[in-house]
Amino acid sequence: MKNMISTLLFITSVALPLQVAQAAEELPSPYPYPQPTWSPYLVGALIGVLVLLTLSLANKKIGASSAYSDLAGLLGRVIAPRHIRSLPYWQDKKPMISWTLLIVLGAIGGSWLAASTGTNELTGTYLQDMWLARFGPDSFGLRTIVAFVGGTVMAYGARLAGGCTSGHGISGTLQLAVGSWIAVVCFFIGGIATAMLMYRL
Amino acid sequence: MSSPNHMTSVQGPEPASARESEQSHHDQTSETEPWPWREASASQLAMGLVFGVVFGFLLQKGGVAKFDILIGVLLLENFVVVKVMLTAIVVGMIGVYVLQRAGIIEPQLSDTIYGANTIGGLIFGVGFGLLAYCPGTTAAAAGQGNLDAWVGIAGMVFGSYLFALTSKFSSGTVSKWGDRGKLTWPELLNVPKGVFVAIAAPVLVGVLVILEILATQ
Repeated sequence: MKNMISTLLFITSVALPLQVAQAAEELPSPYPYPQPTWSPYLVGALIGVLVLLTLSLANKKIGASSAYSDLAGLLGRVIAPRHIRSLPYWQDKKPMISWTLLIVLGAIGGSWLAASTGTNELTGTYLQDMWLARFGPDSFGLRTIVAFVGGTVMAYGARLAGGCTSGHGISGTLQLAVGSWIAVVCFFIGGIATAMLMYRL
Repeated sequence: MSSPNHMTSVQGPEPASARESEQSHHDQTSETEPWPWREASASQLAMGLVFGVVFGFLLQKGGVAKFDILIGVLLLENFVVVKVMLTAIVVGMIGVYVLQRAGIIEPQLSDTIYGANTIGGLIFGVGFGLLAYCPGTTAAAAGQGNLDAWVGIAGMVFGSYLFALTSKFSSGTVSKWGDRGKLTWPELLNVPKGVFVAIAAPVLVGVLVILEILATQ
């Protein structure tokens, strides 16, 4: 079991990005990055205030990753309730319609609202610009695999680490939690290594 | 705790049997009792939805729902994500300190577990690099119409299930190593909270200033 997990980990962490990077086109350097609509300082300050509001009004912090585990467990409760009840993780943290699930559902709507007000930024694209520049227009299947595996690995890591870039990266760090700072540094170490292999090799 | 003690002092045999029946009752309920469907009250969930809308709105306007900007930070070429995060941390850090002192908020901390935070964090990072969106920004990217983000959502649902599935085997390994509970920097370094914030906030602002200076050069 342990061997299998470590082999899988190796494949996803090194072999997959390497394989993905093969036969890819070189990205322009420097790459013409888009500008955010609002100043990142304004947005950051408002997100800081938002976390203060949720802490004081709802006694909850802003997170995201556990929404997907709640969703998975809720689907499981409908499809195979006995199986879901047999898993220690979900016995410990029962999958329910949760605060964080509502945060994430709201965030989907809120982003749609933001993209459709002011300058229209609604995309409707499957392959994004930088991916297209690197992997070309025929990479629909590759993007599907990479996005799905990426989501899978990321959620697994988030559950192990106890949170994600929202729960640890913002809500935890600003409350000065040591583990949150360690986690967010590791998020970026893992992310930087993977992205460098995939886009700049 | 105190009531069984009290009972033993009055009547010998009863508490044991009472405890026993309580125990078996507890076991039975945990196996057959239906799980609730709602984690919080309807009004609290509604509040979560409203805060979520604001959160997603801000993420999109801040540009961090954009694929290129998220990959850019991982290639150390674009620092919009760092600016958003550090500003949020500085504002929130000062706010939490003030509001906690005023007794308005209570800390909502995740546990510090060195092994799990490190290993889980690195695994998370690999997935983050592959998908390009993190869990919160996946929602924002999906909302603004990035269709690949929906595949990421499916992956995250599957990955969460995998974690629950392997929780049969993984308990007691990395998830337990270095468990320090709800530990904060001021506690670890043994400095007063106010002093820590008074030093950390300007340092983080300094990092942002340096980033701006480097960007203009």
